[in-house]
Amino acid sequence: MSQRELAIHIFRYNPEDPNDEPKTETFTLQEEEGMTLFIALNKIREEQDPTLKFDFVCRAGICGSCGMLINGKPTLACKTLTKTLPDDITLMPLPVFKLLGDLSVDTGTWFRDISLRTESWIHTDKPFDPEAEEERMSNETALQIYEAERCIECGCCIGGCATANIKPDFIGAAGVNRVARFMVDPRDERDEQAYFDVVGSEDGIFGCIGLMACDDNCPIDIPLQGQLAYVRRKMAAAGWKR
Amino acid sequence: MKHYDHFTTDVLVVGAGLAGERAAIEAASRGLNVIILSLVPPRRSHSSAAQGGMQAALGNSAMGKGDNPDVHFADTVKGSDWGCDQDVARLFAENAPIAVRQMAYWGVPWNRVKAEKRIYDGKEIQEDPEKEGLITARNFGGTAKWRTCYTSDGTGHSLLYTMDSVVLKLGITVHDRTEVLSLIHDDKRCFGVVSRCLRTGQLRVYTARSTVIATGGYGRLYGASTNAVINEGSGMFVALETGKVPLGNMEAVQFHPTGIVPTWILITEGARGDGGYLLDKNHHRFMPDYEPKKKELASRDVVSRRIMQHIRKGYGVDSPHGPHVWLDIRHLGEKHINTNLREIANICRNFRGIDPVHDLIPVRPTQHYSMGGIRTDINGIAYGLEGLFALGEAACWDLHGFNRLGGNSLAETVVAGMVVGDKIASYTREADLQYSSSLIDDHVGFQEDRIQALIEARNGDENVYELRREMEETLSENVGIFRSEGPLKKAVSKLHELLERSYHVGLTSDGKGANPELASALRITGMIKLAYCIAAGALAREESRGSHYREDFPARDDDNWLKRTLAYWPEGAKEPVLEYEPVKITELPPGDRGYGEATRESAESNSSS
Repeated sequence: MSQRELAIHIFRYNPEDPNDEPKTETFTLQEEEGMTLFIALNKIREEQDPTLKFDFVCRAGICGSCGMLINGKPTLACKTLTKTLPDDITLMPLPVFKLLGDLSVDTGTWFRDISLRTESWIHTDKPFDPEAEEERMSNETALQIYEAERCIECGCCIGGCATANIKPDFIGAAGVNRVARFMVDPRDERDEQAYFDVVGSEDGIFGCIGLMACDDNCPIDIPLQGQLAYVRRKMAAAGWKR
Repeated sequence: MKHYDHFTTDVLVVGAGLAGERAAIEAASRGLNVIILSLVPPRRSHSSAAQGGMQAALGNSAMGKGDNPDVHFADTVKGSDWGCDQDVARLFAENAPIAVRQMAYWGVPWNRVKAEKRIYDGKEIQEDPEKEGLITARNFGGTAKWRTCYTSDGTGHSLLYTMDSVVLKLGITVHDRTEVLSLIHDDKRCFGVVSRCLRTGQLRVYTARSTVIATGGYGRLYGASTNAVINEGSGMFVALETGKVPLGNMEAVQFHPTGIVPTWILITEGARGDGGYLLDKNHHRFMPDYEPKKKELASRDVVSRRIMQHIRKGYGVDSPHGPHVWLDIRHLGEKHINTNLREIANICRNFRGIDPVHDLIPVRPTQHYSMGGIRTDINGIAYGLEGLFALGEAACWDLHGFNRLGGNSLAETVVAGMVVGDKIASYTREADLQYSSSLIDDHVGFQEDRIQALIEARNGDENVYELRREMEETLSENVGIFRSEGPLKKAVSKLHELLERSYHVGLTSDGKGANPELASALRITGMIKLAYCIAAGALAREESRGSHYREDFPARDDDNWLKRTLAYWPEGAKEPVLEYEPVKITELPPGDRGYGEATRESAESNSSS
């Protein structure tokens, strides 16, 4: 394998420093076999610039920490192999989210806010009985819930969403998918009007203009187009009955 | 005016993984104010990476029929190689079914029993139609029954997202991107923590009637680990650095049999539990040769050793990253792999460019879990300081002894969160909080001075990343799966040197704000102390038990070593002080595990070497 020299152009800005201005800095790096952007960015930090900010946690595509724009496309840096990229690589932080510095953005606060606004927890009046057998559920239903539950809240669908980029309160595909997860769960006793209250607005499902970049960009292949359609259909029916 | 922000609460939980959040929920449900601190947004915690499942003796699946807490207890004790506390194991096994059902009540989409026939390892399994729709289980290592409840291979993710949804519902305060630098204490009682905000770099003080450490493991002390990069053992070393709180059994380090080569990302035990094989370079399934009874599903310590033993005999597959063996799940079929093992299929595709539906997966045993940690009693109360609790992987409760069973870590986090959380709530309701403000100023001042010294490179210009690499190499090379006196002595002396050098780290950057080099520099001394405790404990323990395997002392020695190591780090000491305490045996006296080198059932492992 021929080892390339990579030119990695990285967005730099520290919003905490009033004298700092946004800029792009270029780092050159020898490519190694099996190199991911996780490996590359850590090498740059340890060998070239220890102030460089970015977020990784699991480095295995599971935790959703490292979403960024890689040559313009929002995706997870940890599972992006450099060999899939050209010699010139441009890394920018995900838009929409608050910038913490360089490539680090505050997805955590954004997603917590969405979960609170959509009341993303099981709503039930039944108490928990520690002595009782669990309530039964078909395995198909369990798998259907898990399909939506898999979302890792990386924010790639949000960063790549035109609506989210111009409407700061839009919950985006991740928010809608989160609501869909509870809608298919028989343990959640909310009726469709209760869901309409949290998602039936222009900041919820009706804000989506159907560009479907979210479905293209989801790094773990959640069928977001289907989830958006499902929630939109249910909420359109619920809205009609108001 | 104070130059730092000061928060005060009833219960302060450090760590927002499953254990911390479950304890926080228990305390908040009892009307207490709770603040959770976390290095990362809670849902990014390493609990989310647990794949395979959570053990609880529900006995719903056909292969789990007749299971009960007694069997779970016995499996856990044997798995621990009799190193665990049997009162804790009993408490745990009895509560695990309640915990798993409560998680179902809160929303975890556990896979359910389907009344169907399946072929497993050549045998037909018929599920009981009367159990249809109840929580099912898969097979895991070292268990007599199929007991591991799961959601595909994203069990930790489902559990953590569900747990966090309850934290949100209860309105519990979470301060993420916050790192604890030290515990505030007066040698008798813990009053809270000094922390650093990872957004701004500012120091913050939290005081609380009770402080709870739930920061997980220290996998990143080893260069090759399945663990997330945040698993640096910070909760353990801040407790150790009080000089009063001991760490239990730090030499008990789990190596998971199947980390993928060369990124060392975990390939779940569920892959073998669901019927996967381990193959050598000749594509021979070698585990039945060593472990005729349990095959690929002996306990993790045993399977990891058998793999390395087989590789040493020359049956490993050569690669630029060292020899490895193969994991073969092809025969499970595309549908099973793409639903029940989807995450690991994606890991294979993304990080190795291979498809486990058609290809073999290259694997080697990899550091995975810490049985050791902050020593607590059965109520989760840390030894040595009042008002301090610990639970989960950060603690040595001690459920796992010298080897943890797969599926018992998720179960421990949730069960301990429930049980210890209740004790925390009871303690906190009675406890008062009185401290002098000068004590807090002293603790903050100490950290401010450390930071200033690092920025100015006042004590030297040692490079933090260089020290870190040397520490990782020292542990990986000398304190691994096979241990013996020579390499362990080498590790101890090297760590002694690294510790001294760590006091002379200086930053190469300006250290301003949330500077990542400064964050690493603030951790390095504590991390090296943990590494030192591991190596020193391993050198002292002249026997083999569970994951701790001494080639120069290959047998378990219950006469001399049926005891738990307690590592203390007195203030100003240059090395840990090791003490020991007896292991509590209540129901099951030391005996044969039923697998592993010492068992009568096991094939003679040295016959062909």
